[in-house]
Amino acid sequence: MSDHRHLLSIRDLSGGDIERLLTLTDSFVEVSRRRMPKVPALQGRTVTWLFYEDSTRTRLSFEQAAKRLSADTLSFSVSTSSVNKGESVRDTVETIEAMGVDAIVVRHRSSGVPHQIAQWVSGSVINAGDGWHEHPTQALLDCYTIREHLGGLDGRHIALVGDVNHSRVARSDVWAFTKLGATVTLVAPPTLLPPSTDGWPVRVSHDLDAVLPDVDAVYLLRMQRERMDEALLPSLREYTNRFGLTRRRVELMDDKAIVMHPGPMNRGVEIAADVADLPRSVVVDQVRNGVAVRMAVLFDLLGSGRDLDTEGTR
Amino acid sequence: MAERERRSTPPFGGVFVARTQVLDADDVRRAIWRMAHEIIEHNQGLDEVVLVGLQTGGVTFATALAEALAKIDGLSPPQGVLDVAFHRDDIGLRPVLPSAVTHIPVDLTGRVVVLVDDVLFTGRTIRAALDAVHTYGRPRAVQLAVMVDRGHRELPIRPDYVGKNLPTRRDEVVSATLDGVALGEVHKESHR
Repeated sequence: MSDHRHLLSIRDLSGGDIERLLTLTDSFVEVSRRRMPKVPALQGRTVTWLFYEDSTRTRLSFEQAAKRLSADTLSFSVSTSSVNKGESVRDTVETIEAMGVDAIVVRHRSSGVPHQIAQWVSGSVINAGDGWHEHPTQALLDCYTIREHLGGLDGRHIALVGDVNHSRVARSDVWAFTKLGATVTLVAPPTLLPPSTDGWPVRVSHDLDAVLPDVDAVYLLRMQRERMDEALLPSLREYTNRFGLTRRRVELMDDKAIVMHPGPMNRGVEIAADVADLPRSVVVDQVRNGVAVRMAVLFDLLGSGRDLDTEGTR
Repeated sequence: MAERERRSTPPFGGVFVARTQVLDADDVRRAIWRMAHEIIEHNQGLDEVVLVGLQTGGVTFATALAEALAKIDGLSPPQGVLDVAFHRDDIGLRPVLPSAVTHIPVDLTGRVVVLVDDVLFTGRTIRAALDAVHTYGRPRAVQLAVMVDRGHRELPIRPDYVGKNLPTRRDEVVSATLDGVALGEVHKESHR
């Protein structure tokens, strides 16, 4: 990925690119464990956030990552900015860029906005979630967490359960997991699956109980309550009955199989409250690894020496 | 560290061709043995000593030193490995990627850290290593052991234990391994 300036989607990356970022993440996991978990690698670089959509963990995680690399961070809150006065995305981005930033981390409710911004700026753009399209750093931290617990993804079987259609996490994960050699099964009621999964390297099932005994990891997607209004489900209870990961369903799983969730969890809906706290639930590891993965991404885009023409004496 | 830089840094990127063999494997073994004695003498024992090999060239020498120390003193000090990639002052000038994960097995606060590297040249790797060491605690002292000191320092850094002082031209390249020390040049592949 060194020849890429941006991180816009997992689909753009090769399996080798992903592996390389995961290996780089190992080094930053070590940094995070130090007594003083901070390195000067990105001193003098500036990273800014452009979040047009709510986020707690992704934003904090990126901020922590940038600070541990000693980058300067410019915070920007859309809700208190000129965006409220009707400023266009392009004008906002050009204003930010004029102040001199090296990377812009973007989240937007519409798919493709990060790609668009990438064409306007000279710095790096990192997609932190765009519409239903992709959320690449989430997929990277998911891969890292699976690798940490299961040793690798090659030959593993992972079930993605729930609202696949409205999930950018699912779209990134499908590509990341399969590029690393895993088999992915989507498990959801037909109304929550994309109209067509042609071209997706996945299997599809509507029966969670049948899939569970065969998986190494079950990845639960957040059930967005807004979907009820769209008449995609009869009721949340009905959903939980058929697709929620209850204690009974956990018993169907292999002893070593893990439970994942991108957060925020709706306990009692897609995941039973006590299941979320089982040792096999690795949700907290996902969050912890998120910081190191984002350090790797920032370092890869900003720090690993793209300006090779500059004098190279040691 | 030095090996990797030579491989990836112009004008060194290319193939190393030895011109003069400076030390053979026996000489290297004797030099390590002598440095081990000096470390024990200087620190009046090994109680607080931690050996930290710098990735990648310093790691084998740190292991060899630890083995020598164990034979002499009966006690093998804790041994760590350090990759200084994230602490370098030339990030952005050339590809900097960690070649291995850093591992420091103990809290360094109050310890005597002996940094071990293959070749001491400009001193920039050591400066970065000093920075990195302090993220693991506050050592009582930091010392430096190198197999070869080839001169051309750009920073006020000096070694405490030296296997061999080797005057060099700036454009020459030193290769130091357990098999020996050689002085030579790097031939760029495009010129061959």
